[in-house]
Amino acid sequence: MKILVAVKRVADYNVKVRAKSDNTGPDLANVKMAINPFCEIAVEEAVRLKEKGIATEIIVVSIGAQAAQEQVRTALALGADRGILITTDTDLESLAVAKCLKAVCDNESPDIVLLGKQAIDGDNNHTGQMLGALTGWAQATFASELTIDGDSATVIREVDAGLQTIQIKLPAIVTADLRLNEPRYASLPNIMKAKKKTIDSTTPADLGVDVAPRTTLLKAEPPAERKAGIKVEDVAQLVDKLKNEAKVIS
Amino acid sequence: MALSTFTSWFDQPLSAQYYSEDHEAWRRALRRFVDKEISPFVEEWEEAGTFPRELYKKAADIGLLQLGYPEEYGGVPKPDPFFDIVTCMELARAGGGGVHPSLNSHSIGMPPILAMGTEEMKARVVPAVISGEKISALAVTEPTGGSDVANLKTTARRDGDHYIVNGSKTYITSGIRADYYTVAVRTGEEGRKGISLLLIEKETPGFTQTELKKMGWWCSDTATLYFDDCRVPVENLIGVENKGFSGIMLNFNSERLGIIAFATGLAMVCMDEAVAWARERVTFGHRLMEHQVIRHKIAEMAKRILTSQAMMERTALQMHQGEVPVIELSLLKVHATETMEYCAREALQILGGMGYMRGNKVERIYREVRVYAIGGGSEEIMRDLAARQLGL
Repeated sequence: MKILVAVKRVADYNVKVRAKSDNTGPDLANVKMAINPFCEIAVEEAVRLKEKGIATEIIVVSIGAQAAQEQVRTALALGADRGILITTDTDLESLAVAKCLKAVCDNESPDIVLLGKQAIDGDNNHTGQMLGALTGWAQATFASELTIDGDSATVIREVDAGLQTIQIKLPAIVTADLRLNEPRYASLPNIMKAKKKTIDSTTPADLGVDVAPRTTLLKAEPPAERKAGIKVEDVAQLVDKLKNEAKVIS
Repeated sequence: MALSTFTSWFDQPLSAQYYSEDHEAWRRALRRFVDKEISPFVEEWEEAGTFPRELYKKAADIGLLQLGYPEEYGGVPKPDPFFDIVTCMELARAGGGGVHPSLNSHSIGMPPILAMGTEEMKARVVPAVISGEKISALAVTEPTGGSDVANLKTTARRDGDHYIVNGSKTYITSGIRADYYTVAVRTGEEGRKGISLLLIEKETPGFTQTELKKMGWWCSDTATLYFDDCRVPVENLIGVENKGFSGIMLNFNSERLGIIAFATGLAMVCMDEAVAWARERVTFGHRLMEHQVIRHKIAEMAKRILTSQAMMERTALQMHQGEVPVIELSLLKVHATETMEYCAREALQILGGMGYMRGNKVERIYREVRVYAIGGGSEEIMRDLAARQLGL
């Protein structure tokens, strides 16, 4: 069984991102970058499937600037077998990413595509679903448990009402939620070994994908600073303030 | 990469001039490890005066203990000294405490064995230590002298196929928990030509330890060791009899680079903490950061840290290129610990009363300044060594 995992290069979750002074976007100069945490969970899940003997090959793919090779390399150190880097300097929209991944799916014919449910930079939560639509494959988003059984998979999804269990036919798209697993650390010996694994480079144009943006970013600015809160004396005062000042209850 | 708007020293990418993608990858892995397995517990471990022994195993799982050891013993050869810098910086980021000195005590205990020990000894000891099963310590300093290694007084007298060891060692890191002690003893004439190194094992009859309480590094086990007619098999001689002095000296360059990196990392933590506080704290209607006196303190910290960092990387490159930059390392060690001292002082001033309270990184680092300024070669010895090497 072949697994394709997509990883995105994002600002490290510990970094406080600031808007550029000219408001043209977030200031990512000199900022520490990392694999999107949800993508890392997807990689971990693939590695666990391989350790269980279910998966035979894990291919990791990333799309973005040449620097995204670092994140592919990290995924290789975590246990992926080979990498694909689709390089472009265009700021990609979700649909462009999904189309690139669709092209990779056509070339590689994976049985499962594992993605993070969303990336912590745009927080769009688009790509998995769009890839599902483009490929016509089954999709199971927000997975908190994944069990493979022959040519189908049982997935427990985290939905607003609680947990939902669904069964899907393979090939399928699965997006990882936070509780799917706890990713391991890349160990030093594996970091060294990852250097010998291959990363194939390609471009959206080579894959026949038009990545030109369809939307325009007008302005990026930091959220307004919140005013300090107040302490209420008792419940009566709380109810009064909610009713008459905040007007959130009546 | 040039500094710009400051958030944290540790958010800066590593300079492409010295570091590669591999260093970044190791840095990321280590950061996650430290954030999950060390940082949340440092305070608790410090107050308890110890940390769980299983941390050695966990550190071995990610390769931390194996860095710099041959593959045949389960190690990961170190491509260059910049891996040491990354390792020390990431561990320093947890804000000091005694975790690292104990966890890493094999970095001074093992090199003499690797360089001079027999094949049998290496095969028995090294894999067990770098897999986290056994702990290694180095024992050189004695109650009667530390820096003056050549005059050590612990004796080892040959008796058949054993040495009989008598004497004591003190300020020994991992001195309570270590299983293997690399011990400097006198087997011959006075001075440096009569010194040998012995591997002494924990269970040896006549070998006892008492724990020492310290100004800082509370969760690190530090001890005085007593050898009372300890019988040590001659097979445990490390290298050649009376040629142990050079084995002790083997450690110094890499140990000093480690101390320099650690001191610089701790100085960075102090500045990070000071900046975060000064940006938040409001006094006299202004944020602390708006007061010129505070801004200048922080700019001065940055100035000194940048100097330590630049010199450290330059010196590491010299080492990587096969040079032995003794003068640079000695003087840089002094500079790096003075920088740490300055940053701890000024950061604590900026934090004010809160900084004096236990449970914050700066308070802890402030108490650890001296161990970096004294351990691994005191400031006085370092300056003197440099002066001698300069032919002054």
